[in-house]
Amino acid sequence: MSAHADIEQHVEGAPHASFREYMIGFWLSVVLTVIPFWLVLGDVLESANLTIFIIIFFAIMQMIVHMIYFLHLNTKSEAGWILISLAFTLMLVVIAISGSVWIMWHLDQNMMPLMIEAARALP
Amino acid sequence: MNSVNPTADQVDETPVFYLKEEPHHAPGTLLGFWIYLMSDCLIFAALFATRAVVGSNYMGSPLPKDVFNIELILVSTFCLLFSSITYGFAVLQMQQNKVNGTLMWLAITGLLGAAFIGIELYEFNHLIHAGASPQSSASWSSFYALVGTHGLHVSFGLLWMVVLMVQVKMYALTVANMRRLFCLSMFWHFLDLVWLGVFSLVYLTGVLL
Repeated sequence: MSAHADIEQHVEGAPHASFREYMIGFWLSVVLTVIPFWLVLGDVLESANLTIFIIIFFAIMQMIVHMIYFLHLNTKSEAGWILISLAFTLMLVVIAISGSVWIMWHLDQNMMPLMIEAARALP
Repeated sequence: MNSVNPTADQVDETPVFYLKEEPHHAPGTLLGFWIYLMSDCLIFAALFATRAVVGSNYMGSPLPKDVFNIELILVSTFCLLFSSITYGFAVLQMQQNKVNGTLMWLAITGLLGAAFIGIELYEFNHLIHAGASPQSSASWSSFYALVGTHGLHVSFGLLWMVVLMVQVKMYALTVANMRRLFCLSMFWHFLDLVWLGVFSLVYLTGVLL
């Protein structure tokens, strides 16, 4: 295997990017970015909770767009190991974030007003 | 004497534990770099979790809706998005083996990244003067930890980009340089991906709550 042959076939394992892919990804990203900002800056919706839900939905959509069109990931990248490591990481992320919020919320609920008073009285 | 220094014949008779011809396989650099990015993802997950837990503990410090400038965040978001697409153009130039085109698009990407960092520093300065300093409350501590870690990543990405531009200038687009450019492209797009979470969950959600 000569170095010359390698130069012609690019970096092995690297996906081949195309202009079309980048442009699709870019315009989808623009739309998915502008809508949430418009919702917040224009005070479009009455309900703040609905707005937050839509913002998070658009963020997840845009993350998927980035992964497909900018990072060029597919189910076959690196013989599937990319997808498996991504799935594993997402599982850890969900456990870490939802677990932290859940357990800390419960601890907060268990803080009775009396305990708060007692805590304030501590030296 | 013979037992100490075996002859060539004896060496050949010893069992072979390795293959003289390596079976062909793709180098694992990109997968390895991806796994590094996933570990980075966990750092950000921890910071997002901290933000989610203590995000509403203001203790008298300014509220996000009073101090955040969403128009400015829109500008910096677009800086990062444009820098993602210009890095894409650098990769396209690299695939056609064009050194100058690659360098030009890398320089534009670097300028957009620097603009993003500039806006972030300006914003931090503005927030600290408005009383929302890192030590003012748990909420603002978690804000600076999360946004600051992302900003540091972008800064080091910029440093890496400058080093790579020098490398490409000096040694042209060798296989090693193309591999490095590809790793940086993954890093750069990944940072844009994290920023999506930051502007959605910290800024846009922050001004609504």
